[in-house]
Amino acid sequence: MTPAIDIENVTKAYGKDVALDNVSFSVPQGAMFGLIGPDGAGKSTLYQILTTLIAPDSGKASVAGFDIIKDYRAIRANIGYMPERFSLYPDLTVKENLHFFASLFGVNVKDNYDLTAPFFDQLAKFPNRIARALSGGMKQKLALACALIHRPKILLLDEPTTGVDTVSRSEFWDMLVTLKEKGITIMVSTSYMDEAQRCQTIALIDKGHILDVDTPQRLVSNLGENLYSASAKEMYPLLQALRKLPDVKNCYTFGATLHLVAGNEFKRDEAVKAMIDRGLTDVKIYPAEGTIEDLFIKLADNE
Amino acid sequence: MNNNLAISVRNLVKRFGNFTAVDNLSFDVRRGEIFGFLGANGAGKTTAMRMLCGLSYPTSGSGTVAGFDITTQAEDIKRHIGYMSQKFSLYEGLTVIENLTLFSTIYGMSAKEIRIMSDEVFKALGMEQMKNTLVKDIPTGWRQKLAFSAATMHRPDVVFLDEPTGGVDPVTRRKFWELIYQASAQGITVFVTTHYLDEAEYCNRISIMVDGQIKALDSPENLKKEYEAVTMDEVFRLVAKDAKRGD
Repeated sequence: MTPAIDIENVTKAYGKDVALDNVSFSVPQGAMFGLIGPDGAGKSTLYQILTTLIAPDSGKASVAGFDIIKDYRAIRANIGYMPERFSLYPDLTVKENLHFFASLFGVNVKDNYDLTAPFFDQLAKFPNRIARALSGGMKQKLALACALIHRPKILLLDEPTTGVDTVSRSEFWDMLVTLKEKGITIMVSTSYMDEAQRCQTIALIDKGHILDVDTPQRLVSNLGENLYSASAKEMYPLLQALRKLPDVKNCYTFGATLHLVAGNEFKRDEAVKAMIDRGLTDVKIYPAEGTIEDLFIKLADNE
Repeated sequence: MNNNLAISVRNLVKRFGNFTAVDNLSFDVRRGEIFGFLGANGAGKTTAMRMLCGLSYPTSGSGTVAGFDITTQAEDIKRHIGYMSQKFSLYEGLTVIENLTLFSTIYGMSAKEIRIMSDEVFKALGMEQMKNTLVKDIPTGWRQKLAFSAATMHRPDVVFLDEPTGGVDPVTRRKFWELIYQASAQGITVFVTTHYLDEAEYCNRISIMVDGQIKALDSPENLKKEYEAVTMDEVFRLVAKDAKRGD
């Protein structure tokens, strides 16, 4: 089966800045594929190439079986794209935005109602509100509805949930799962690691290079770090003190606790004692399981 | 006025026509505290924050920010606070030093003060060699730090951060929070909104707004106990689940 997206040795530079350096990977049809990497890694450049907005300097890519250079028009009819920044017309109403995108693709707004029925029903409550006045979560729902208006085969979503609250994010992702079940291929980038966890496969990208492509579970199990979780009553002083200990490779905040990456010589009991000697109270250090977020931090710190 | 309170509001209401955006808010923020102001999209956070910053006049209710009355001393408030948002915080076509100078001048600092403080900022951030670079040419992580410095260089009593880490990667977000810790240690009160609920854990106390009202307010630890939850994400879902207004 032809992959939904196939990228071979794609390179793109802006002057001396190499945004993408020899990038290759493919996304199977029907996949939920995550593109994960720090700011400035090249994610948005890759989206712009796949959506035929810019051309690579070298390399080849196809989307829905069409070549990004030769068949760019065919690609545009087969994809739905949500760019990083709000992509709608802020001065048009909800209804006007939907009709505008529908007419661009030569379809009726209701034609593909089944794809985003729950979102459509929410949007239908205020058809005449201008898009600018929508809340963050609702803007994203409208943008997704517009991106799906022509029933694309492939959805390209560049950080679609930035600025969206946790409840709306869950709803948005539940919707993506439904779309995937209807056979739509999804490639999504995100800075929320709980969302990365919901992808079948993720590509890790940094400084224009693809570092790895695998399932989240396998990537995390290959983390290969000696990881501990640490807490005390005084969290910021604990963070500073742990970083000064020998054989602590890294220490960073991790929700209610800290995560500590230890070297081979690290002794948990001695570390606890050292913290108590510094006047910290209620000190706890336990072995911890790694997550995608730990992996991300490890990769970013190897710079 | 209570000198230990950076923010104190009572029965704050803001109506637009027959829509009550902010419905009877009452809360205090202690000096030096890191206060997380959470809520679903559309809950009324931005409207509330605009009133606290002296940008919008409440329909009713009263309050002080940095000791100044929000209904009669809005201009004094503006001089004693800092503000940073993810959406807009720096002029991309100006250099690093030009941005710092512009914001500090607006906040009323003298040329001499600006020189001394900006040297300090550059040293602390290790940005000396980027001083004359256009902001559009510096990486996002640095921009965040610079925007925070521009909002705090005049040593405000309170700094308001409106989703300062929206769309920012996990490593850059953590570096940003260390700046928040440092500012708090220097006595600056931090009032911050975020949708990353791991960041809620880093606050001394947080409030959760639903449909214009504060439905929960306590330390993350106490809230997790009260709602029998393991993470702040669970607490948020439990508090926000009855939201009528939604989006």
